[in-house]
Amino acid sequence: MTDPADHRELHADRVRFTRGRRLIIDDVDCTVPGGSVGALLGPNGAGKSTLLHLIAGVEHADAGAARLGDRDLAALRRRDRARLVALAEQEVQDAPGLRVAEVVALGRTPYLGAFAGPDDRDRLVVRRTLDDLGLVGLADRDYATLSGGERQRVNLARAIAQEPELLLLDEPTNHLDVHAQLTTLGLLRSLARDGLTVLAALHDLSLAAGYADHVVVLAEGRVRAAGAPGAVLTPALIREVWGVEATVLEHPATGRPLIAYSEVAERASVAPDRHGASARA
Amino acid sequence: MPRTAEGRAADALRVPETAPPTESGSAAWPARPSASFHRPGGEGGARRTRTGLRTGAWAAALGVLLAASVVVAVTIGPAGLSPADVWASVLAHLGIGEPTLSPLRDGIVWQLRMPRVLTAAAVGAGLALCGAVMQALTRNPLADPYLLGLSSGASVGAVLVIVLGIGLVLPLAAFGGALVALVATLALAGAGWGAGAGGRAGSGGSLTPTRTVLAGLAVSAVFGAVTSLVIFWSATGDSYREILNWLLGSLAGTDWTSVAIAGGAMLLVGLPLIASARTLDAFAFGDTAAAALGVHVGRSRALLLGGTALLTGALVAVSGAIGFVGLILPHAVRFLVGSRHRALLPLSALAGAIFLVWADTGARTLFDPRELPVGILTALIGGPVFAVLMLRNRRLA
Repeated sequence: MTDPADHRELHADRVRFTRGRRLIIDDVDCTVPGGSVGALLGPNGAGKSTLLHLIAGVEHADAGAARLGDRDLAALRRRDRARLVALAEQEVQDAPGLRVAEVVALGRTPYLGAFAGPDDRDRLVVRRTLDDLGLVGLADRDYATLSGGERQRVNLARAIAQEPELLLLDEPTNHLDVHAQLTTLGLLRSLARDGLTVLAALHDLSLAAGYADHVVVLAEGRVRAAGAPGAVLTPALIREVWGVEATVLEHPATGRPLIAYSEVAERASVAPDRHGASARA
Repeated sequence: MPRTAEGRAADALRVPETAPPTESGSAAWPARPSASFHRPGGEGGARRTRTGLRTGAWAAALGVLLAASVVVAVTIGPAGLSPADVWASVLAHLGIGEPTLSPLRDGIVWQLRMPRVLTAAAVGAGLALCGAVMQALTRNPLADPYLLGLSSGASVGAVLVIVLGIGLVLPLAAFGGALVALVATLALAGAGWGAGAGGRAGSGGSLTPTRTVLAGLAVSAVFGAVTSLVIFWSATGDSYREILNWLLGSLAGTDWTSVAIAGGAMLLVGLPLIASARTLDAFAFGDTAAAALGVHVGRSRALLLGGTALLTGALVAVSGAIGFVGLILPHAVRFLVGSRHRALLPLSALAGAIFLVWADTGARTLFDPRELPVGILTALIGGPVFAVLMLRNRRLA
């Protein structure tokens, strides 16, 4: 473990999780290389959010382990884990009465003692994060008055203020217009270049293919495929997992895979009940 | 570098106004975070220092106001006492000065009014604190020990042990009642809520303010009726007055034991609650976010809600179920200093103390020589505040 990138490589190892009697995550193995952007893909209900919650320690796996380098995340103390792993959520909830700078400062929670106030370093990190994400002009605004896109950006800033080594994001491009989507993903790329390991649950396959170094496809709680976007996102896999017909093109400008959907597949071999395909058949 | 930031506070203060506001989520972000963006002086640090100073100023102002309120409130009423008389009596009893008042007037100050005013201060502080903590933990702006039924549960516990004649365990029995009521309300409001460490984000969200308040209403109704039944069934004297005092809350007849119970609860339970500000802040975005910030969600919630039940129990044991203090004061304080709990909790406690000192002074003097249960006055003020909050938070329904 001399290479710092190895030290920040995320490994999920036979992770299993049931809620009630329902198996949500079924023996998931996946890897995101250190300092790269991983995209977690899959239809609704595939278990993407749950897997992120398990890695972040918000919920506890019944079996298996998530490791960052050689550190078992579940074995760490909560505060120590929160200094390594940050989670930016999909849910855009109100935080009544908090201003943007205060919301971002919440990211310093794992570094603060019970009684001591934020120290100079905490203030510096908050200031720098506001600066990096272009939020300085909003610092004194009430969070509740922000637009959906601005809130997403503040949520991301809060996670970055945790100074994590692993950044987990649950649909960070939800509710964003195209410009804000590309800006967010560009930011994730640059964070990864600076050494952060990123794993983001995404819905848009072309966006994932355009920005991620590594994709993990989840279906019904299992890893269906993982690897480089070009190798994983094939028409056959998309038909099987999402139940839609698609052609995978090469993006004329970037050379990245570009997914063009045509129609709902006649017959989806995975979870036909969820995709309306069976209704047509 | 951060020191510089504070040194240049005056300079940095201008920045929020002069910086161009960003219009929407689509506004341009710097594509690449880079150290070169970081300026030596900054707004965040200066702004925080500024809000820290503002909080300190408010705390000092409210502290002075509370001390003055206590002294002045003791002088109000028949006997024509002056603040100087009150000081002289207090100093004499603390063994610092010579007694100057006649034994009768000294008795009015030291045996009658001072314990009552101090109990009012402790109860007001504790109720406001409980309200602020519960509002954070349930993410419900309408949460309050009275509205969620804790106070009426505590009344049942208190009345039962009084009837059974085991007064020593009075605060504990009230705590038991408050805890039962709290569990009943939360169970009624959202099945599965708060279950399991970490909890499920979705289930935390299912506990809507409306459901919670309705559940509290149901629980309050039942426990209020039980309190009335127990008193009615057992009382030998004026049972109606006694029922009113428990249901509406009253500080009549409080003595130094009441001060010890309410004040002791504030020290033993209230101070740890105030010290949990950081944890409460982390709940701002719900359970999942709190867990991701390193908070032990299940344990924290159980401990903190248990603490509010314990504190409510001790307070209700001396005062009955005084309503709306826990609702009004935290919202008023939020309006002044924002929602960060490091400022909100201590200032709410101070404001609650001042509020109840004056509400109780009104209750014992407005219709002199008759005395109102103080809960009538707090409800007269609290009801409209509740209505305003409800209208302002229409989307929360």
